[in-house]
Amino acid sequence: MELAIFYLFASIAIVAALGMVVLRNAVHSALSLAVVFVALAALYVLLNAPFIAAAQVMIYAGAILILFVFVIMLLSPRVDQGAGALKWQRPLAALCGLVFAVELAIVAASALLPTERGPFTPERLAEIGDVQAVGALLFTDFLLPFEITSLLLLVAMVGVIVLAKKR
Amino acid sequence: MLTVNHLIFLSAILFSIGAVGVLVRRNPLIMFMSIELMLNAVNLAFVAFARYLQNLDGQVFVFLILTVAAAEVAVGLAIIVALFRQRETIDVDEASILKG
Repeated sequence: MELAIFYLFASIAIVAALGMVVLRNAVHSALSLAVVFVALAALYVLLNAPFIAAAQVMIYAGAILILFVFVIMLLSPRVDQGAGALKWQRPLAALCGLVFAVELAIVAASALLPTERGPFTPERLAEIGDVQAVGALLFTDFLLPFEITSLLLLVAMVGVIVLAKKR
Repeated sequence: MLTVNHLIFLSAILFSIGAVGVLVRRNPLIMFMSIELMLNAVNLAFVAFARYLQNLDGQVFVFLILTVAAAEVAVGLAIIVALFRQRETIDVDEASILKG
């Protein structure tokens, strides 16, 4: 059952990702990317990570994709002409991608995974709750990185205002 | 039984599709979307290992990556808008000169 759900959402994600790369119209690509994000959120739920699934839908599908669609609307770019500067660029890129995927698969299949497990078994997570456990970690072990992200967001905000300001 | 290998293979496939997307498309918006796809593939690997190792550090990392991705997209799209204002085109091959 778990495996059937995985294959369903994995195939949806792969088909939508291919669609994002192949489709000519930028808006269609953005919509395909939304499908990928939602399929991955479903997989996160399957993997006992409901907090990440919710954050994925809110931040990626909600905020980042809306920003993309706004910029596409603002610039209204022409339909992508397709032909790059080099004639053989596309087949070469596809070949490189295939080789890269095979390499990653070989490394993943031959990697020795550690057998030592952490304290968060599925039963324990169900008992204390995933959001509580992640939140506790964020505010104890990862407090400094968590605070630095707020600084990062501030810097990004200032940078965007400076870049987008009319001169 | 859903093993960690299934998820890592899916992550590898999505990452490769994103890499090919960056290589074949000349529209910076779609190249950016491909980079987002690659970040998502990495997130999937983090969550898969978090479940396999029964350790939530991976999920915290995904949270931090989400923040970085949001900041990166905001700044990147602002750069693309500035580029469009300057040159009336957003083809990346047209933007090969560093000094505007």
